[in-house]
Amino acid sequence: MKKKRVFENIIHGIFLILGLVTVGFVLLITVYLIISGIPAIREIGLFPFLFGRTWASTAAEPSYGILPFILTSIYGTAGAIVIGVPIGFMTAVYLAKLAPKGVKSVMSAAVSLLAGIPSVVYGLVGMIVLVPAVRKLFHLPDGASLFAAIIVLAVMILPSIIKVSVTALEAVPKEYEDASLALGATPAETYFRVSVPAAKSGIAAAVVLGVGRAIGEAMAVMMVAGNVANMPSLFGSVRFLTTAVASEMSYSSGLQRQALFSIALVLFLFIMLINAALNFFLKRDKEGGK
Amino acid sequence: MMKMKKILALTLAAVCALGMFAGCGKQNPGDGQETDHNKQKTEITGTVATDGSTSMEKVIGSLKETFEAENKGITVTYNPTGSGTGITAVSEGRCDIGLSSRDLKDEEKAKGLTGTVIAYDGIAIIVNPENTVSDLTIEQIAKIYTGEIKNWKEVGGKDAEIVCIGREAGSGTRDGFESITGTKDKCTLKQELTSTGDVITTVAGNPGAIGYASLASVKDSVKALKVGGVTPSEETIKDGSYKVQRNFVLVTKTGGKLSDAAQKFFDYITSAEASVVIKKAGAVPVK
Repeated sequence: MKKKRVFENIIHGIFLILGLVTVGFVLLITVYLIISGIPAIREIGLFPFLFGRTWASTAAEPSYGILPFILTSIYGTAGAIVIGVPIGFMTAVYLAKLAPKGVKSVMSAAVSLLAGIPSVVYGLVGMIVLVPAVRKLFHLPDGASLFAAIIVLAVMILPSIIKVSVTALEAVPKEYEDASLALGATPAETYFRVSVPAAKSGIAAAVVLGVGRAIGEAMAVMMVAGNVANMPSLFGSVRFLTTAVASEMSYSSGLQRQALFSIALVLFLFIMLINAALNFFLKRDKEGGK
Repeated sequence: MMKMKKILALTLAAVCALGMFAGCGKQNPGDGQETDHNKQKTEITGTVATDGSTSMEKVIGSLKETFEAENKGITVTYNPTGSGTGITAVSEGRCDIGLSSRDLKDEEKAKGLTGTVIAYDGIAIIVNPENTVSDLTIEQIAKIYTGEIKNWKEVGGKDAEIVCIGREAGSGTRDGFESITGTKDKCTLKQELTSTGDVITTVAGNPGAIGYASLASVKDSVKALKVGGVTPSEETIKDGSYKVQRNFVLVTKTGGKLSDAAQKFFDYITSAEASVVIKKAGAVPVK
């Protein structure tokens, strides 16, 4: 009996340690980012760093302003949401409520597959197909632009938006819909005025998840956005927060490298905010469901 | 029964731990031999860690192959991280030899690093094969990249806007290109890409594009321009008539002693017999 308890305790201990490993990594990364991100901000100054309009990290007189990156990340993500959310949302309504069984299983499989495609593949297809297409379509000298990045991001966030929305819509109690139908509402009215409002916090969570995915994406964006540190314009070459870190890290040194860590810290704070928002929506969803 | 299992698990864990130590031990012989090398001339074994420039991948890869074939006991590792990272890695002692495709900066030399030039690399100015322009002067290239010349018709081509493709800040190729053309910090680029391959792909896909890439990696999908009437080739790079070229540099600690294995690799790279290999890899050897 006693032996058994000792064994149980050991197993408990092992689980605890393994659990702590994950927490440990999060702490390690957070602490490391803060420690390595602060010095450059101190040296450059918080205001010139966050609101400076020029980034010339290797110039003779370097300047480290990341406003172009911040705005590009925000515009890019917003653009992806504007395009991706309606498409994803409608698909989710169709999948959860309207689709016949066969269509649903094929379409769900396609969505899952889309989620599994590595971002570098999105980037490659974007670079070879989308960028030249944008160039020809809009008669631009070059197609690598914020617009191309928005399209790629919009496609990339579709799976997370669709999946989470479908789950939220399917969780709506059938009695709500039955009641609405019994009162004489058409199916379309029922979906938009009963099911969707009932699932709204789940759908909001889906959008936030999409934002998180879009703002954190580096590889695909790096291959289609052009990566020049301009202030963002729809058909201009732009650089995101993620790509700013990724593109210069390998060759950087000194203050430039420290500044890249500071950019990563800013990005990290953005993502923390998004996570907090996600938690907020999910929590509300849980409470609302009761 | 429970106890047996526990003992078994403990033993397994102990074996694993020992295995890890043994793994560490294996890398040491190279360093350890340093001390007793003078007493007895045994065959040198060990690992040589190199780290740095991605542009030097082909050259170092070929050198590593031929060197390892001749010296069975020595393993050469190559970590393609970029010139800056390679230089940092040497100064922090994380690798034996750093690889840089740019000359060392004064601040880096002051930190106690020495550079040894092993080869020259021509930077090809590439355009889309559809482009009718085939010859530019360095001044024209500089004007194109600084935005003074905006249209291909100004340099004898079709009426199309010029799209300048460059590399990211800190890239050895960019540094080489900008210092040769005198366009440092003045380039207005349409795209900043992070690898030679990306630049070539992009230029191949846009009729108005111009880019620069290591001559060794230029493929048929793009057209390498003559610069001032000189076609980029081994001969023109070696005799200096092709102006857009840079150095491949081995970086070591000044006065620091390399491990025997690393010293042997270093001697091999700088020897005359290695120049054939360097040439084969597309760069132009110093010797």
